[in-house]
Amino acid sequence: MHDRSLIGTRIRERRLQQGMKQAQLAKSAGISAPYLNLIEHNRRRIGGKILNRLADVLEVEAAQLTQGAEAALVATLNAAAAGVPGAEEFAGRFTGWARVLAGKHQRVEVLERNLRILTERLAHDPRLAVALHEVIDAVTAVRATASILVETKDLEPEWQARFHRNLNEDSGRLAEGAEHLMRYLEAAPDTQAGIKTAQDELHAFLEDHDYCFAGLEKAGEAAIDGIITASDMLSSDAGAGLAREYLLQYLRDAQRIPMNRLLEEVARYGIVPDRLSAALGADLACVFRRLTALSGDVAGPVGLVICDAAGGVTLRKPLAEFDLPRVSAGCALWPLYQVLAQPQVPVRANLKQAGPGGIRVEAFAVAEQVRPASFDHPAQIRAHMLLLPGTAMAGEARAVGTTCRTCPLPDCPARREPSVTGQGF
Amino acid sequence: MGKQVLVIEDEPNIIEAISYILSRDGWEVKTHSNGHDAVEAARARGPDLIVLDVMLPGKSGFDILHEIRGDAALGQVPVLMLTARGQNKDREMAERAGASRYMTKPFSNKDFLDAVRDLVRS
Repeated sequence: MHDRSLIGTRIRERRLQQGMKQAQLAKSAGISAPYLNLIEHNRRRIGGKILNRLADVLEVEAAQLTQGAEAALVATLNAAAAGVPGAEEFAGRFTGWARVLAGKHQRVEVLERNLRILTERLAHDPRLAVALHEVIDAVTAVRATASILVETKDLEPEWQARFHRNLNEDSGRLAEGAEHLMRYLEAAPDTQAGIKTAQDELHAFLEDHDYCFAGLEKAGEAAIDGIITASDMLSSDAGAGLAREYLLQYLRDAQRIPMNRLLEEVARYGIVPDRLSAALGADLACVFRRLTALSGDVAGPVGLVICDAAGGVTLRKPLAEFDLPRVSAGCALWPLYQVLAQPQVPVRANLKQAGPGGIRVEAFAVAEQVRPASFDHPAQIRAHMLLLPGTAMAGEARAVGTTCRTCPLPDCPARREPSVTGQGF
Repeated sequence: MGKQVLVIEDEPNIIEAISYILSRDGWEVKTHSNGHDAVEAARARGPDLIVLDVMLPGKSGFDILHEIRGDAALGQVPVLMLTARGQNKDREMAERAGASRYMTKPFSNKDFLDAVRDLVRS
């Protein structure tokens, strides 16, 4: 059955197969690009000269564009099995299987094109690298298997069945992998949709609990599993693992500074970290972390950022007055990074984020050694930055950013990449 | 008896397809699917050719290649490396580590067979 109404679709398919742009084809065929676009969407009937010119440029018989169905199938099979004869016979005798194979081949081509684009991003995103590796392996298996099915004369029935099963399996993996990738790429950094990292899960979990685990403080370590299982936010093992680590640290801190003692001293001194540290006999980093567990009624809003020695943020409890980037590294002017260079020296500073709406916050930063250095390992260091709204300190506030890409600070010596917001504001 | 090829790759359906086309081409095919003891496996088999995936569980293909090249018995065996990345950096790393030939996934069966035949001929 020859369906002339789909000529446009076949032209489009063929053009994509050739990796040609619409404008390119239109120019070579001597028609305008908008006209070609209409043709490709089957909204203009064509025949005669234009059809022949298009077929010429696309290097196909005009009949293949008008007849479609089997002719197109044979064309796809030919493309799949590059130069191996017998595609017509295969399409004729096993039309159903041939369609499956042709469909897979087209799918592979689309995925291969996506892969080329994605490969360029590989170096920048290890999560993508893992997802892509999966897809590439599936594509590799599909390609080798499909080609065996097409090229092997007298393929034994057991092998044929086996390869068909493999194809089916791999196309399932491909579909899943492709969907995964598309979701990831479509998701803007600040949307809830898309692939969540273990870090995202941890933070959703903490926000859900308002960073406070009063039950855990009473029940001890035995309660950790229950809290993790009961949460809807921790869907991956990796997320649950981070939550477990967080809760273990939380318990150690709670043992050093019990909640009733913390409340007493906060009532006496207010949220003044060095006074609290002295009164409670605990180091500053521990006091910072404990303050995040206080309810907003007692302490007011408290923000905290923790990063490792590479500057990678491992915890962020946001403060409304201070924007924290979700994925990229923060601003090099933050005291958070300053204390990494001099771990023994705590830093206190007034900060004001550049840009309209920047509000002064008070920041306290301190680094903590988690594991001492040896000749084989550097010391493991964690920097903490506590953020409080308003300010009790007099004087100038240090102008800082959120992250370079969105920061309007002009002439900043610490800038590592240009801002997308343009110069000044 | 054909020549023996050892395929070190972790993806079962790739192993199956590669094994099939190689055996039809007259090769005796052995497979191994993890990085940890790949070098021992190669030593035990003494193959005429090794097909080695870069990304393996347990140990990187580059490290395995490095050990193969440092081994008295295996040092001269041709190695065809398979990788998912076509970047020049990977190609350079493969060449420096001593790969005889480098192929990016996905590959066509014909190119694969040509490469394999070339490697034992030369």
